[in-house]
Amino acid sequence: MTDQRSQAEIVRQSLKRRYRKERRFRAYGIMAIAIALGALLILFTDIIGKGYTGFVKTTITMDVQLDGEMMYLDDPTDERQIKMADFVEPLVQALIKEIPGATEDDRKQVRELINPYASVTLRDALKANPEWLGTTQTMTFLTHTDVDVYVKHAGDDAYSIKLNDQQKTWVDELLERDVIETSFNDVFFSGGDSRDPSKAGILGAIVGSLLTMFVTLILSFPIGVAAAIYLEEFAPQNKFTDFIEVNINNLAAVPSIIFGLLGLAVFINLFGMPRSVPVVGGLVLTLMTLPTIIISSRAAIKSVPPSIREAAEGIGASKMQVVLHHVLPLAMPGMLTGSIIGMAQALGETAPLLLIGMVAFIVDVPDGFFDSATVLPVQVFLWAGSPELAFIERASAAIMVLLAFLISMNALAIWMRKRLERRW
Amino acid sequence: MNSVNTTITSEVTQPDEVAVPVQESKPAETIIEEGKTVGKPYSDDPKFKLRDVEVFYGDAPAIKKISLDIGRNEVIAFIGPSGCGKSTFLRCLNRMNDSIDICRVKGSLQLDDHDIYDPKRDVVELRARVGMVFQKPNPFPKSIYDNVAYGPRIHGLANRKSDLDEIVENSLRKAGLWEEVKDRLDANATGMSGGQQQRLCIARAIAVSPEVVLMDEPCSALDPIATGKVEELIAELSESYTIVIVTHSMQQAARVSHRTAYFHLGHLVEVNETNKVFTSPEHELTESYITGRFG
Repeated sequence: MTDQRSQAEIVRQSLKRRYRKERRFRAYGIMAIAIALGALLILFTDIIGKGYTGFVKTTITMDVQLDGEMMYLDDPTDERQIKMADFVEPLVQALIKEIPGATEDDRKQVRELINPYASVTLRDALKANPEWLGTTQTMTFLTHTDVDVYVKHAGDDAYSIKLNDQQKTWVDELLERDVIETSFNDVFFSGGDSRDPSKAGILGAIVGSLLTMFVTLILSFPIGVAAAIYLEEFAPQNKFTDFIEVNINNLAAVPSIIFGLLGLAVFINLFGMPRSVPVVGGLVLTLMTLPTIIISSRAAIKSVPPSIREAAEGIGASKMQVVLHHVLPLAMPGMLTGSIIGMAQALGETAPLLLIGMVAFIVDVPDGFFDSATVLPVQVFLWAGSPELAFIERASAAIMVLLAFLISMNALAIWMRKRLERRW
Repeated sequence: MNSVNTTITSEVTQPDEVAVPVQESKPAETIIEEGKTVGKPYSDDPKFKLRDVEVFYGDAPAIKKISLDIGRNEVIAFIGPSGCGKSTFLRCLNRMNDSIDICRVKGSLQLDDHDIYDPKRDVVELRARVGMVFQKPNPFPKSIYDNVAYGPRIHGLANRKSDLDEIVENSLRKAGLWEEVKDRLDANATGMSGGQQQRLCIARAIAVSPEVVLMDEPCSALDPIATGKVEELIAELSESYTIVIVTHSMQQAARVSHRTAYFHLGHLVEVNETNKVFTSPEHELTESYITGRFG
């Protein structure tokens, strides 16, 4: 009797200790999650805080008098005349009219408020509408990057404002009268890179990324899945397949820059493929993604219950039929998830692409697999390294776009797994 | 008391009989003579003629020199303690052991006088003739119709949709499942109850019109009512098929089979008419087993 009681006592004592241990363990877990979430929060607040202004552009709206005499132009359909004509003067004159107190003597300072590409915009508009010559049109132009920086970041010590006091007063006044306005930065999404931050866009990088990813996907998915199926289902178990397996696992751990060097040596130097093009980028990223896809596909095949395999074999399905009719459909969700995660990795990859020349300054949006291109992470790399601070906010904005792509790809992977997963 | 308990537990929890080689214990060895089977192992009209069959997992023997005939349209039950090799032996009959790399089969195994393990023999054709039902119901995660139609489809048994429909209906009828599922043939088979799933697996096996159906403990995952249905089904099927059933339930063996074979540690100890095995076993090991002294 006494024995029993003391035993119950001992159990109770140890219970207390066990619960304490459990609580401590749970606290560690919560702490770990909090640290991870905190890091994520810091990352997002920093990027969004710095980058949201990248999605804002500063424009100036004014009545431009398209005086043929002033522009040395009397026939806007004549290509040669258009080339020779002066499209800056009408802009300067229009802005002087907008600023009270500004005179012909201030023309240099006034001119510095207008974006250097504004004259190109005006020229293109006139080329498209020759009948505008001699009329006055209300038009909207980008401001100079210095004005853009001043409007967005006045008072921020991180940014150096290059406007002088006179110009600042003018801009303040124009802002008040809504001549200078801020709005959503569609330029950022509709153009390629530029030397001028206000004009720089990521469409070129997005298209480059999509082209590169497409090449990567159509190469790495079939090759990876085929390799996984062969290794799992058909390959004999011997030293050679062990050797292959070890090497696939090794490849997954090879630093990506090495794949870049390989691409440079093999695809560009040996095969003579062009530099900076999505095809070569895709090939290099395929090499990099293959191990990930093979490993995850093999895991997916392994997780197909052997009872299904036996059932099919028991009816007399051949090896090929077992694989095609039963193993593959059941393993597909896992394979797709692995592939999408591999693709997301490839989308964020920079180092190997630097080596094959996708780091070049490319203004045009690429229009094919063999057209020079850059990709999103490389664009971020380029802008983040730029001495001009106006590019930093573009870099942050580009990071946000990149993250949006990555998050949607991962969400797609989760959705597909949920959708395709069969329960039994 | 304590020591007895431990020995019993170790007997019961013997690991999976397919994967693990048999362990020799002393008393059995003195009683069993290798290759010697009491009772009536041979048949006048054998479907299977099995002589000196040995199976090894790696170097460990799992089946030791078993000779047995399985008659045409006969229901034969394999009984014996866990790990005695009855499932391994069953799987030799349609070469399901092929997928286990370390498994080797020796001896002569003939189906209608043709060697089963002939290297030139097409295993797909063999399995179309010797169907199998497994311990755990394993329907494909597809519709009920597709489950049954799968075999006929891959073997090209039906050229027209109507032929296929007929095969599916007949198979489900034979499996006693038609009335229960005829309105939901498109429903996923994994949503059925365990007993229904197992009968579906039987329907799937007989849809390719095999000559032999191998059943590896088909009722071990089922409740008594579902078991009863499957047993009725076996009795009906025995009219047109040869059935080999592995079972842990001696009552089941007694109810469904014509002959019963008792396996012990890789040996085939005794084969006889079922009622004879259960009423007056010839071998003392058989007697100990059926009276529940071990196993």
